[in-house]
Amino acid sequence: MSGVLRYIVEPGFFGSAPAHLALAAGGVAAVVSGILGVFAVMRGQSYAGHAFADVSVTGGSASFLIGISPIWGFAGTSVLAAGIMDMIGIRRPRGRDLATGIVRGAGLGLAALFLYWDTTHGSTTGATIEILFGSMFVLDPSVLPFVVALSLLAAGIAAVLYRPLLLSSLSAELAYARGVPVRLAGVLCLAAIAMAVSLSSLTIGAILSTALLIGPAATALRLTSRPGVAIAWSAACGLAATWLGILLAYDSYYWPPVRQGWPVSFFVVALVFLFYLAAQVTGSRRGRRRPAPAAVTEPAPEPAVR
Amino acid sequence: MFYGFMVNTWTVATIIAVVAGVVGFFVVLRGSAFVADALPTGAFAGAAGASLIGVNTLAGLGVFSLAGALGIGWLGRRGRHDVATALVLVLMLGLGDLFLSFSTSYGPEIFSLLFGEVLGISQNEVAPVAVLSAICVIATMMMFRPLMLSSVMPELAEARGKRAHRIDMGFLAVIALATSMALPVVGALLIFSLMIGPPSAARSFTSAPYPALALSVVLAIVTVWAAIAASYVTNWPVGFFVGATGAFWYAVGRAWTAWGRNRAGRWLAKQSREVTVVAG
Repeated sequence: MSGVLRYIVEPGFFGSAPAHLALAAGGVAAVVSGILGVFAVMRGQSYAGHAFADVSVTGGSASFLIGISPIWGFAGTSVLAAGIMDMIGIRRPRGRDLATGIVRGAGLGLAALFLYWDTTHGSTTGATIEILFGSMFVLDPSVLPFVVALSLLAAGIAAVLYRPLLLSSLSAELAYARGVPVRLAGVLCLAAIAMAVSLSSLTIGAILSTALLIGPAATALRLTSRPGVAIAWSAACGLAATWLGILLAYDSYYWPPVRQGWPVSFFVVALVFLFYLAAQVTGSRRGRRRPAPAAVTEPAPEPAVR
Repeated sequence: MFYGFMVNTWTVATIIAVVAGVVGFFVVLRGSAFVADALPTGAFAGAAGASLIGVNTLAGLGVFSLAGALGIGWLGRRGRHDVATALVLVLMLGLGDLFLSFSTSYGPEIFSLLFGEVLGISQNEVAPVAVLSAICVIATMMMFRPLMLSSVMPELAEARGKRAHRIDMGFLAVIALATSMALPVVGALLIFSLMIGPPSAARSFTSAPYPALALSVVLAIVTVWAAIAASYVTNWPVGFFVGATGAFWYAVGRAWTAWGRNRAGRWLAKQSREVTVVAG
């Protein structure tokens, strides 16, 4: 038995402090991303989620430049980007992608500049890789309380706004008519998504954090159309992908070709994608038996109400 | 900045700007910004893979961006388009991460792939870029009418059924091609700014398709030239200037539209006042 276990889990995995920290921070980030991802997918804001990830690169590289923990930069810039996107019109479905894209492009331009300064003026030559692709095993232990606090905040927003957000995702007109502050709810939801993205930027890297936001949520929404159940599925999927990814990355230390370990982020993304494909297959099988209720999986266009 | 070694840069950058202006016009019109963003970013993984096994970067870029386009088309037919795009994108990026961890070329090379490198363009890169661009522009022009139809009246195009899907895939392939040749110059993360900034402004200035298309190309060329010149002078990454100029064009377009609306509003108000006076 112990021989099999030894084969699956590289010895020392459960005793290693970096692995513990990676499991804790990565797990928290995955669960929060999974929860908010359901809202992002239902509201058709996958692209915004992806743009937050890229814009958080700007904050990450700026925080390297001034020498603070990247999490501040990740969280600050992505929440700021949420505000700007809302301001320049993310609510109209037609121009939404365009506005998102412009914010993302401008943010990445700045990121290019900051990273350039990081590598020329500082000694942090690994900054580009660390910010873009994450570094779960070299997390600073002091960052954990902040990760937990930010997660609680994001999950708290989702919990408080659960019903109004669902209603305004399905039918913004109806929500507006019933007195839901559609715009406020939208901005807060966007900010919470931004926080979730910045958390997973810290763990699996900025440009891959979209995977944890969209992948588990899309998988869950294939499996069920009940929002509450979907959120639970999505969090579970994200957590499973992250923990399995960490385990595999830890095991991969002696794998060919370079024998220095495969990246965690690769495993996480690959697992997320596999989950989605599996759900796709089972979902289409079930779909043949009975028509899937399309209401939840289609985003409702939000009217330009002010 | 007009030394011999810069000639290739100016030539290639201008060609890329023309393609970005033409292709980007339809990207903006169709609202497919996410795809235009995902393909270049994902294709970056192809470049990393190509440098790992030692083949031409352009080949790696082409294979990955075409595979990405097909993947998005395939998954997008069965599920939601934006979700499919996001998932294909992160899968490609994850592979890129893996390739990077295998190869030893850390730091500067990755940075230049992501954010652009204008000084490293050699003479024998010019011809492939020119050929690929010609293909892109010709393909877009051949699809001009169906593309316009499916962009402006998606319902009507959808009613025509399969053809719309074929146009969709064709356009994805064109974006993929345009991407893979522009990537080494302006960088994976910022081709996209070039593809949506100038066209979005052009669309605000005029709604007639051909003038808007022309204006979009002109603005894209101006953007690239200004970015290269500024990058040459300051030594800062060219991507920064492309991104900033793209956002600037968008802002100008929005301001112009808002101003036009105000003017129209004032004119209407004046008319209605006069009508009231006459009636009173």
